[in-house]
Amino acid sequence: MGAQLRGRRRAPVRLTLLYRPDTATRLHPDEDAALLRDLRAGDEQAFERLLDKYGPSLLRLARLYVSSRAVAEEVVADTWLAVLTGLERFEERSSFKTWLFRILTNKAKTRGQREARTLPLSSLAFDGDEEETAVDVDRFSAGHWASPPRGVPEERLLAGEARARIEEAIAALPPNQRAVITLRDVEGLSAEEARNVLGVSETNQRVLLHRARSKVRAAFERYLEETA
Amino acid sequence: MSTVRELSCREIVELVTDYVEGTMDEPLRAAFEAHLAGCDGCDRYLEQIEATIRIAGTIEPDALPADFRAGLVEAFRDFAAGGHG
Repeated sequence: MGAQLRGRRRAPVRLTLLYRPDTATRLHPDEDAALLRDLRAGDEQAFERLLDKYGPSLLRLARLYVSSRAVAEEVVADTWLAVLTGLERFEERSSFKTWLFRILTNKAKTRGQREARTLPLSSLAFDGDEEETAVDVDRFSAGHWASPPRGVPEERLLAGEARARIEEAIAALPPNQRAVITLRDVEGLSAEEARNVLGVSETNQRVLLHRARSKVRAAFERYLEETA
Repeated sequence: MSTVRELSCREIVELVTDYVEGTMDEPLRAAFEAHLAGCDGCDRYLEQIEATIRIAGTIEPDALPADFRAGLVEAFRDFAAGGHG
């Protein structure tokens, strides 16, 4: 992993190809298709396999929109029922994961709105902080770094503490930024898949992702500074 | 091909997502990479962004609570027995 990070300095690599964390799906692209075939035939083991593969992520995503664990569980249960009843209509034009996440997100948003906890995403597309910069302006002098960032020591990449700090920083983000970074960087969806799940424009998706990643990077940098 | 004027570090940090996402047009990407090649601060900034993305990808959700999971499997059995499966 370190080798790839450092390799970028010399070669103008297309970074989009490097960081997709969704290794399981990439390694077994046909697993879902086979499981869905078995599921259509009523195979309980196929259901359990899908449940264990995606259920924990669904519950985590539901928690972005609703206030309690109990309501999140209801949303997840409703989602699986919708999957079972809608299975015949699923035409695999999108990946199963995208379809599943979209069903979950729509149900969770509806529940969240009923709880008056969240507003429709479109009305909150910018989370109300349009003036913010990726990096504190005090870090620059005449447009250039006054206090430049440090490199990332290899052992920091692997530290559980780094992961805990990043998780904490994601949890502290405004809801829409949190949803986008969770789908993109934590769940490993592509930009297009995340747009489909959330129903936001390409630009909004990218703006939300930019703000989210900028803030989470800042938290990661604070952690690096503390442990330097 | 047209060229883009030199970018400042402050601009680089706002463009970094477009770069990582691969949504820049070619002249801007060339200018971005030209800046990076000569600026350790921005090179490390990008390194931190990439590290953040990588680490975020290792955050695993908690397993489903056992009784909740059992309830879902039970619901599946009911569904399948109802002649839908």
